[in-house]
Amino acid sequence: MSLESFLILSGIIFSIGMYGALSKKNVITVLMSIELMFNAVNIAAVALSRYVVPRGIAVNPAAAEAEVAGALASGTALGETVLSTLLTGQVFAIFIITVAAAEVALGLGIVIALYRNRETVDITQANLMKG
Amino acid sequence: MLSLDMAFWTMAVVTVVSAAAVVLLKDVFRAALCLVLTFMVVAGLFVLLSAEFLAVVQVLIYAGAISILIIFAIMLTRDVHQGNPSNRFRYPALVLAALLLAAIVLVVIKTDWNQLDSRVLPGAPTEAVGATETGVKNVFSNTTPVIARLLLRDFVLPFEVASVLLLAAILGALALVREGEG
Repeated sequence: MSLESFLILSGIIFSIGMYGALSKKNVITVLMSIELMFNAVNIAAVALSRYVVPRGIAVNPAAAEAEVAGALASGTALGETVLSTLLTGQVFAIFIITVAAAEVALGLGIVIALYRNRETVDITQANLMKG
Repeated sequence: MLSLDMAFWTMAVVTVVSAAAVVLLKDVFRAALCLVLTFMVVAGLFVLLSAEFLAVVQVLIYAGAISILIIFAIMLTRDVHQGNPSNRFRYPALVLAALLLAAIVLVVIKTDWNQLDSRVLPGAPTEAVGATETGVKNVFSNTTPVIARLLLRDFVLPFEVASVLLLAAILGALALVREGEG
């Protein structure tokens, strides 16, 4: 259990999701594959947030610099600015989950509308806007 | 440590197998059930990464709401005799996915990750390193208040934009599935 194993697991799931999203005819399978890709990205974000020093992505670089400099000079602990940025990846994952929920609601609405009008969930038949 | 490793590898295998089942199974409904299993196991992975709040959110939103929506959509649009065929991009997609996986694995292995354990503050006095490690441990032992502080202070603008996005999604979904032309 290390950062690398989590990231490779996330890469495997992302690749499976991408294969499904590109190669399937059923719209709902494509949507499910996209959900797999969202989950893979979430795993990568949380794993990076758990294992990697976030100094470069500190939300407040000036305060973070001051805290790091203080810790280097006087031997005090790092303060809240640096420590709370440890969880930036988890906040990103929360936003990704929010966007995924909105995307799935809209996507399935489109699927229902498509099925009502064309009697199919085959994505290759959905070519109404083809020139 | 060994039990954590075993938990990780078990969950990793289950995740990969059920994710592959999502795209490979003939029956779309069974694929959706495998997707639910994937979501639950990913929640377990979040617990392993000491992201317990995120694990609960994952179970509530993914395994609860999103999978129910997907299963409803499958029930409403079910094409029993059709199965789950591939389109004509099957082999190019397979090659592309394999190439992407190879690239990801290569980058992950080659990159020198700036990891917390090995180099918190290079060159710092040892007591600073110890205090910082304690701080890191404190943050990861109870993440929810830290996430709340981040969401409502540093990320408050994206937080509000997300609520507007959800409102727009609700209105859009209602407009899409409404009966009749309007």
